[in-house]
Amino acid sequence: MTDSGLVPEPPLLEVENLFVEFRTRDGVARVLNGVSYSVDAGETLAVLGESGSGKSVTAQAIMGILDVPPAVVTGGEIRFRGENLLEASEGRRTDVRAQGIAMIFQDALSALNPVFTVGFQIEEQLRVRLGMTRREARARAIELLDLVRIPHASRRVRQYPHEFSGGMRQRAMIAMSLALDPEVLIADEPTTALDVTVQAQIMDLLAEIQAEREMGLILITHDLGVVAEVADRIAVMYAGRIVEHADAPSLYRLPGHPYTAALMDSLPRLDLKGGELNTIKGLPPSLLNIPSGCPFHPRCLMAQDLCRTDVPTGHRLGLGRTSACHFAEELVRSV
Amino acid sequence: MTDPSAAAAGTATRDTESYVVAPEHLEDVKPGGPGKPRSLWSDAWRDLRRRPMFIISGVVILLLVVIALFPGLFTSADPNLTDLARSRKPPSADAWFGYDLQGRDVYARVMYGTRWSLLVGIGAAVFTVLIGSMLGILAGFAGGWVDGLLSRIGEVFFGLPFVLGAIVILTIFRNAGVNGALPIVGVVVLSLAVLSWPVAMRIMRSAAITAKQQDYVKAARALGARPARIVFRHLLPNCLAPVLVYATIALGAFIGAEATLSFLGIGLRDPAVSWGVMIADSRNFVRVAPHMLLFPAGFLTATVLAFVMLGDAVREALDPKLR
Repeated sequence: MTDSGLVPEPPLLEVENLFVEFRTRDGVARVLNGVSYSVDAGETLAVLGESGSGKSVTAQAIMGILDVPPAVVTGGEIRFRGENLLEASEGRRTDVRAQGIAMIFQDALSALNPVFTVGFQIEEQLRVRLGMTRREARARAIELLDLVRIPHASRRVRQYPHEFSGGMRQRAMIAMSLALDPEVLIADEPTTALDVTVQAQIMDLLAEIQAEREMGLILITHDLGVVAEVADRIAVMYAGRIVEHADAPSLYRLPGHPYTAALMDSLPRLDLKGGELNTIKGLPPSLLNIPSGCPFHPRCLMAQDLCRTDVPTGHRLGLGRTSACHFAEELVRSV
Repeated sequence: MTDPSAAAAGTATRDTESYVVAPEHLEDVKPGGPGKPRSLWSDAWRDLRRRPMFIISGVVILLLVVIALFPGLFTSADPNLTDLARSRKPPSADAWFGYDLQGRDVYARVMYGTRWSLLVGIGAAVFTVLIGSMLGILAGFAGGWVDGLLSRIGEVFFGLPFVLGAIVILTIFRNAGVNGALPIVGVVVLSLAVLSWPVAMRIMRSAAITAKQQDYVKAARALGARPARIVFRHLLPNCLAPVLVYATIALGAFIGAEATLSFLGIGLRDPAVSWGVMIADSRNFVRVAPHMLLFPAGFLTATVLAFVMLGDAVREALDPKLR
């Protein structure tokens, strides 16, 4: 989503107008309703949103690991280097996985196979995909564990996931996803299962590796604090839509959507110590029955009649900034 | 960290050179020497060798296998020599286990019966587990119509009454003129496996469904593993434990089931002697000649126990968390 006006080469990874439905017994849940975002080499895109807003589903759709059924991709394109992955053969998609786009999961304990050593799980890809010998793969696995700063890598490589602590497991998971030098790394809530100090270490590590390797990084999180330092751009999701898309500094300075503003209001602040935390009233909408008009209107303090009937489209708020709010301009001006 | 050896080894050293200070980062130096590659099976084997349960059961099973292969080494008596004069004689120096109704040496018959009983038990268990777990993991992993089809087929076999089904199958083969010890055993094994594989399949299927939902399967897919690799490398080792337990218990049950079939006159028959046949023969003389029951039954129990212990040890060795 560049606004340069020129027609440049396509972004490294681009999701355009993606629709995904979950066909369940209770009806059709519209999980993604036209999600678009893109990420370039060396860039960090943070995808922010509550649980159930469709952040992870988008990531899994990109990787092609949605559980089908119940999930069905009903529209849109996912382009990697200009190639639409949704139309690619399964073989081609498998090739793109890990070598083109890799993914880190939220809960590293369940994402590592409990019966294999950490080393084996890293080596497996190297042996199968790159045809390395056991010895070469072992050496490379130790290098990778070193890279993610696991102490005593040569010994740790022979241990099982349950012998690792939470932070170490997430590091191992990162090492695993880096094994085949992916061009895009998707981190799905990489720090949610970790305590705060370890969170900071993992975020620093990710940022550093990303800068070093010129990778595109898609960072999925529900934690505004986590992304503040590392993200270049932020896409805020709500009910399967991107409601605001902006570069990180402007979004933090001046939210362009009432939902973003409400999210930022509900952050605990040091200068307001002792008071009650602000919350967003109400619950996220059921995806089986998304409200008419703007999906956020039942919880929005600024909602007007217009919001109940018309779905807002992207309002431009300057360079590379869009907000799906009828009153985006007023909101930005009023602050 | 549930590994007690880490604490007991006394080799724990605190990791000082990094920011990692959490207690779980106390490094434990495991025996086995550094640099040796660790894989699921080699680790399991190294662990097994240290388990007394495995050693005991292994020795018992080894002994049984030797008896099965060379029964002549253990007895010089002829298991089929009939002498009605010594019918139901209790154990003595001549015949350690006594004589049966026909005056045959029970000890010799137990020795010679080992081969066929073990063959039936192991054969039926192996076939049941192989067929059942292959179809089960396929059904569990693939889901959808594959699962539906395989499960329904399984249920058809599951629905056949065991004894009735076995009678039908064995009668067909008997009428087809299957003779000789080995073919008879083969047919019995086949009928047991055909009627029992749905149990193994159901166990494997549910284990596969549980394991399939774990993130590591998703992660393996996300890292570009193809379905065959996911099923055999990642899913199978995680689903093996419950099936192994079933197999060890089923093994004993199969030896017993063979006895049932022999009792009905459709299982093993001469020249194949089996523990099951002997137990069946003793049914009317339990009070007057208990040795006819106790010795073959004792061997059966010891065999089943040995295999159950073996299965338990293997199951624990295959789970890294229990090592």
